[in-house]
Amino acid sequence: MSSTEVGYNSKVEGDVVHTTLDAAVSWFRKHSLWPMPMGLACCAIELMATGASRFDISRFGAEVMRFSPRQSDLMIVAGTVTYKMALAVRRIYDQMPEPKWVIAMGACASTGGMYRSYAVLQGVDRILPVDVYISGCPPRPEALLEGLMRLQNKISNEPHVKDAKPARAREVAVA
Amino acid sequence: MSAKQLAKKLKQQFEEIVSGPVEFRGELTVEVSDASQIAEVCRFAKEALGFDYLVDLTTIDNYEEAPRWTAVYHLYSYEHFCHLRLKTSVSEEVSELPSVSTVWRTANWHEREAYDMMGIRFAGHPDLRRILMWEGYPYFPLRKDFPLAGKSSEMPDVAFSDPAPLEGGPFVTVAGGEDSTAREPRVRNPEG
Repeated sequence: MSSTEVGYNSKVEGDVVHTTLDAAVSWFRKHSLWPMPMGLACCAIELMATGASRFDISRFGAEVMRFSPRQSDLMIVAGTVTYKMALAVRRIYDQMPEPKWVIAMGACASTGGMYRSYAVLQGVDRILPVDVYISGCPPRPEALLEGLMRLQNKISNEPHVKDAKPARAREVAVA
Repeated sequence: MSAKQLAKKLKQQFEEIVSGPVEFRGELTVEVSDASQIAEVCRFAKEALGFDYLVDLTTIDNYEEAPRWTAVYHLYSYEHFCHLRLKTSVSEEVSELPSVSTVWRTANWHEREAYDMMGIRFAGHPDLRRILMWEGYPYFPLRKDFPLAGKSSEMPDVAFSDPAPLEGGPFVTVAGGEDSTAREPRVRNPEG
C-alpha cells in the first residue's frame, strides 16, 4: 500500500479547501440565484408550481423569488411579452444589479410563440440578452428546472474574477 | 314580456328609424337606420323596456362596402329575462356615433375598445382614450385593411412595434369551397 495520498486529507490539512477564486465565486453565485418572476401569462402558473412543494426550486438554491428587481439577479420571463409591456420589462431588467441573467421561459417569451400578431413582441431576446431558452407551451416545471441547471452550468464556466483585471488595467491606462 | 313584444314596443316608439325585428335562431335583431339617434333608442330600451344590462358593444368593418362601420349593441333584460340586439351603421366619412355611456355606464370601456380597435369615435364619451394599445399608437388594428402581421411604430420610452414574421401565413380557411382542399386552411396572402 502506497503512503502517498492523492487529494484532500482532512487529518493532514484540516478544514481547508484549495481552489481558484473564480471557481469559488462561480459556486457561490450559481447556488444562490434569486429570481425575479416576470410572470406575464400562463407560464407563470408553471413557474409558481416550480416554486411550490412538489417541484421545489429551493433544491437548486433559487427559491428566493424577489418581486423587487434590486434584490434579484435572474429574470425569468414567463409568458407573452406584448409591445405594451416590452419597455416595462426592459426597465425592470435595467434596475437589476449586475451580475444578472435571463431565462426566456416558454414559446412566447422565446419567439412570440403562436402570437404572430401586431401586439406581441416576437421574442424577448429583441430587448434583453437571454441566457437560456426553454421550449414548451407552457414548459413543465421539470423543463424550467432543467433550464435552471443549464444556467448554473453556464455560470460555473463564466470568468468572474479574471475579467476584473483587464477592466482595471484599462482604467489605469485612461488615468 | 317576450323579446318580440319588447321589440314591437321599440318599433312603435321609433317608427321611422327602427326596422325588423329579424329573428335568427331564436335571437332578435333590430336595425336602427339613423345612427345619430342610437343613444335615444338605447335610453328608451333601458328606461321604458327594462333592458338594464348592456352585454356587449362591438363593431363590424364592412370593408369596401358602404356604410363601412356597423355597431352592434347586445342588450339583456333582468326584468323580462330576454335578449335583444340593436344594429346601426355609420359611414367612414362620419365615423362617429353618440355615446351610450350615459345610458349604461359599462359602455364606457366598450366604446373605448371600439375606438381603440376600429377608430370609431363616440360623441359625448367622458374619457375616449385607447384602452388596449398605448396612447400614441398610430393605427387601428382590427380594421380589415390593417395587415395581420402588424406595422412598425415607434414611441420613444413608451412602446414600439414591428411586423411579425408570418412564415408563409396567414393560414386562411375559405367557406363554400368545392372540395375539402379548397376549404382547408392554406396560405392565402391578401395581396396574391
